[in-house]
Amino acid sequence: MIGLDRISKYVVALVLSVILPIGFLSTSTLAADAVPSATSGSASPVNPIEQALIDIKNEDAAVRSAAAALLIEKGDASLLPKLDEIRAEADRATRQAIKPVIDLLKNHANLTSEQADTRRSAAADLVGTGRPEATTWLEEAAAKEQVWWVKYTMEESAQLIRLRSEDHAVKLLAIKKLGELRSQNGLSALKELLEAGTQSGATEQQRALADSAQTSIGQIDSWSWWAGAVETLFRGISLSSILLIMSLGLAIVFGLMGVINMAHGELMMVGAYATFVTQQAFIAWFSPESFDWYFPVALPVAFLSAALFGLVLEATVIRFLYGRLLETLLATWGVSLILMQAARVYFGDLTAVIAPQALRGGVQVMVGVYLPFNRIFIIILSIICVLGIYFLLFRSNLGVRVRAVTQNRSMSACLGIPTRKVDSYTFAFASGLAGIAGWALTMVGNVDPGLGQNYIVDAFMVVVTGGVGKLAGTIWASLGIGGLNKLIEPVSGAVYGKVFILVGVILFLQWRPQGLFAAKGRNADA
Amino acid sequence: MPEPVVTHQNSRETLSFYVAGFVLLVLLPVLNVLPNEDSWLYLSDFRLNQFGKFLCFAILALGLDLIWGYCGVLSMGQGVFFGFGAYCMGMYLALQIGKESVYGSELPDFMVWTQVKELPFFWYPFKSFAGALLGAILVPVLFATIFGLLAFRSRIKGVYFAIITQALAFAAWLVFNRNETRLGGTNGLTDFKQLLGYRLSDPSTQRWLYIMTVLALGAAYLFCRWIVASRAGKVLIAIRDSESRVTFSGYTPWMFKLFVFVVAAGLAGLSGMLYVPQVGIITPAQIGVLPSLEVVIWVAVGGRGTLIGAILGAVAVNYGRSVLTNYFPEAWPFILGGLFVIVVTMFPDGLLGMIRKLTERKKTPAPLIKAEGSTAA
Amino acid sequence: MTDDHLILNCQNVVMDYDGFKALNNCNFSVHYNELRVVIGPNGAGKTTLLDVICGKTKPTSGKVLFGNGINLVGKNAEDITKLGVGRKFQAPSIYANLSVWQNLDLSVKRASKGVFPTLMGRSTPAERERIDETLETIGLTEHVHDRAGSLSHGQKQWLEIGMVILQDPSLLLVDEPVAGMSDKETEQTGQLLTKLSGKQAIVVIEHDMDFVRQIANIVTVLAEGTVVCEGTVETVQADEHVRAIYLGRAKVAH
Repeated sequence: MIGLDRISKYVVALVLSVILPIGFLSTSTLAADAVPSATSGSASPVNPIEQALIDIKNEDAAVRSAAAALLIEKGDASLLPKLDEIRAEADRATRQAIKPVIDLLKNHANLTSEQADTRRSAAADLVGTGRPEATTWLEEAAAKEQVWWVKYTMEESAQLIRLRSEDHAVKLLAIKKLGELRSQNGLSALKELLEAGTQSGATEQQRALADSAQTSIGQIDSWSWWAGAVETLFRGISLSSILLIMSLGLAIVFGLMGVINMAHGELMMVGAYATFVTQQAFIAWFSPESFDWYFPVALPVAFLSAALFGLVLEATVIRFLYGRLLETLLATWGVSLILMQAARVYFGDLTAVIAPQALRGGVQVMVGVYLPFNRIFIIILSIICVLGIYFLLFRSNLGVRVRAVTQNRSMSACLGIPTRKVDSYTFAFASGLAGIAGWALTMVGNVDPGLGQNYIVDAFMVVVTGGVGKLAGTIWASLGIGGLNKLIEPVSGAVYGKVFILVGVILFLQWRPQGLFAAKGRNADA
Repeated sequence: MPEPVVTHQNSRETLSFYVAGFVLLVLLPVLNVLPNEDSWLYLSDFRLNQFGKFLCFAILALGLDLIWGYCGVLSMGQGVFFGFGAYCMGMYLALQIGKESVYGSELPDFMVWTQVKELPFFWYPFKSFAGALLGAILVPVLFATIFGLLAFRSRIKGVYFAIITQALAFAAWLVFNRNETRLGGTNGLTDFKQLLGYRLSDPSTQRWLYIMTVLALGAAYLFCRWIVASRAGKVLIAIRDSESRVTFSGYTPWMFKLFVFVVAAGLAGLSGMLYVPQVGIITPAQIGVLPSLEVVIWVAVGGRGTLIGAILGAVAVNYGRSVLTNYFPEAWPFILGGLFVIVVTMFPDGLLGMIRKLTERKKTPAPLIKAEGSTAA
Repeated sequence: MTDDHLILNCQNVVMDYDGFKALNNCNFSVHYNELRVVIGPNGAGKTTLLDVICGKTKPTSGKVLFGNGINLVGKNAEDITKLGVGRKFQAPSIYANLSVWQNLDLSVKRASKGVFPTLMGRSTPAERERIDETLETIGLTEHVHDRAGSLSHGQKQWLEIGMVILQDPSLLLVDEPVAGMSDKETEQTGQLLTKLSGKQAIVVIEHDMDFVRQIANIVTVLAEGTVVCEGTVETVQADEHVRAIYLGRAKVAH
């Protein structure tokens, strides 16, 4: 039975895959046929379109507008080259008459474009023309539309045009529909209606419109509150992910090795510049088609170059300072100054990386909420990093060794674990993580020498709040601090947001001086 | 049996105190005034003024040395307290400009172009000189009391405290940069004209400011030495060595930390107050994360845990900076960064420790700082 | 004897570290001027017991009554110290960068140890005399000006004992005082503790049974966070149950 079922599925799929392209082909050939027929038809002088094309150059404004109306009603995209031709030679009045015709025809044609974005922007643009014809087009297109967001825009645009209708009933319905659609774009027009209806000299009809507008505005407002909340949440999570990727590396060297690495931000900068250099190499040596491949290639480049820097840093500076936390903090600060200045001297102040095609744009998840791909990418990356570290540290052989060395160095050495190597590899790995963070950050901002400084203070707050050496603490703390940052920002501005966070962290530490997830047990404060 | 007194060291320190006092207080101003301008003995107004600035920094360094060098609590936010002092004095000086300002208004220029019509209320105390002096000390002291109380009482220590103070410096920098704090935003306060009726551009005013700075530094040094020599000073070192033992000796460590943190903040305020009229400008750039950390490197270079070392370090590093930035303007961050790395990894006792090692080799001197066990939290 | 003679009375003390009970319903009491030795296998909770008494860690539940029934639970370490509990740690805990004299001077019992009294205070002749006496007792007179960090391990142990003595505690908690000491030093330490026990109560944790025999009247055996046996050295050593616990054969009934 199951076998049969499966076979029938295959057959259906096969049939569909054969028929569908044919279907498309046939429609496209039909369309192709239609074009020459329209042009051939235009050879006849009685053809109204041909006549209109002549009339539109007429000196009489009434004739011109009648011609324009006809063109809009009957014409299609095939007329565009001709209209452009006419416009190029015409006088100002004619140009003005032709412009809406061109806009409408072009957008009308674009409503059936293959690109969803083109269809959507055509729908949005049609509102500007305000022509009632467009409503039918929009509704027809909406009925066939598959992508919900494009469909939504088409419906919304149709209602927005209706809103300008002279017919009271149509208007009333449009108001109601816009409210149901939670149309953000309709809000200002609705508010105007509300204002007009509440003025002292308002007519009965105006008042009815205002009443209806009031309800719709209420619907839209409450929706946009939710949309705003979702977007704030998303922005908070996105910032949290950046902090998380950064803090993970910090937390590893702090928790496992007892090192405060103030140069962590600059290792991140190294990763960002490595991405930039990879991009430049692709521009110089490879064809433009393969340009987008620079980004995946830059991942190992960024990881390895930051890890290499980390390796050198460990071997030349950190090695002498194990067990002296404050000293590691100061020495690595020195290193960070040197790296920053080196980048400034070598690369100059500001460079940027062009995002690959796949990470440009975004996705509309609900009315009023648009999530950019680059932010989603960073969120996913941070999840991958957390899982990776978890498995590496707690589920792998290497992780057991690393934790063994942190817990009892001499015992580990006795058991034949090469402690020096474990130290330097752990540090290099954490540095590589910073490199990955830098790689990801090129997608959301410029590459500049101060890149690391922008986040380092927040990242350290995360480590302090989360508690030392606890993965869960780091995750919760970055979510908390990132989220709080974005929550406060719209209320008080970014600057006071930071101040509030600082105060919040200090107050939090009153309650839990060891951070969220403090190490417990008899060695807790040894 | 008498209480042990390390006599030879104390007498040597006293001697160098008098010598340094004579050189700074008498010799340098005299060399500025008496010799002919082309004489090799002549000390230019510019140099004297620059020296005054370095000595302000030395006061700042003394404070940090108390809290970090002696007590082992690293504050990376001293720049903030310096800034409080400096801005208090700066506000007074800005109000003294009066009608001489570009716009001829009683209000400082930046208020005119940011459309502030009335003097903000917190500017009022700084109309008087006494208010400025008091504010420059009290504001940092009060702020440090509140901040320190919150931090130390809840046992935030070690790197946690360092990171929190760094965040404080960062936050303060952000806030001072804002226009709506009414402190001149990014441009800060500048274009000062006069102090108590004396023109700031006048060399003799600057000379007096220099002398005031030397006196203040002397007083600050004596005050710090008194603290360090007292039993409380020993408690500070004890806290650095073994904080838990201190509690089991019946002392409350956080109170001592708070005390010394507040003293350090007061000294930083004093330093900022003296700095502004001599340099003529205060901007948020001088109170942020990096300036706060530079104080740390002065003390580390000079030798933490010794008061003379802090003064020496502040003057030496800043002198080096002024010379080097003249010749290689881009090299300074490299040198500063290098200093951090080298001093911390190789010369934890700084310049003074090196000198001591060289002069007292036979006696096998005890290291000033010796890591006993791990300081890891 | 009645409860009035108890300087320390721990009642049902539980110390729970995330499910591991370092102390499990521990009941432990000490009389005035008694020298008590606590023994037990590794991880029995001996050090944790001292930590709880002196305020280093807060127990999950239970009471620690001191002197006239003051509950020490919830008080912080410095207040407990001021009440008269002294603590000597297992690893010598002294101020390495101060001289021996300064180490002792800081520890002397004084009316107030606040910031300003400490800032202004000068040692009185009486205090100096006491410090001198103590120096004599702990045999560090020659090293009075030395940096404490430069002392030998044994000397550091003695210095810490000296510091605790100067605090004048009525209850002295001593954690493995003779670890790392030579035989002679061990014997001297024993004599010192015995001498002190006339004036104050002392609780000593020790592993070295020879040393225990030298100083102890009554021994408390702690295992798995609870007291399993109390009595003279001989009774305890003869106890089958204690032997079994030491050899890991028996479980402790809570």
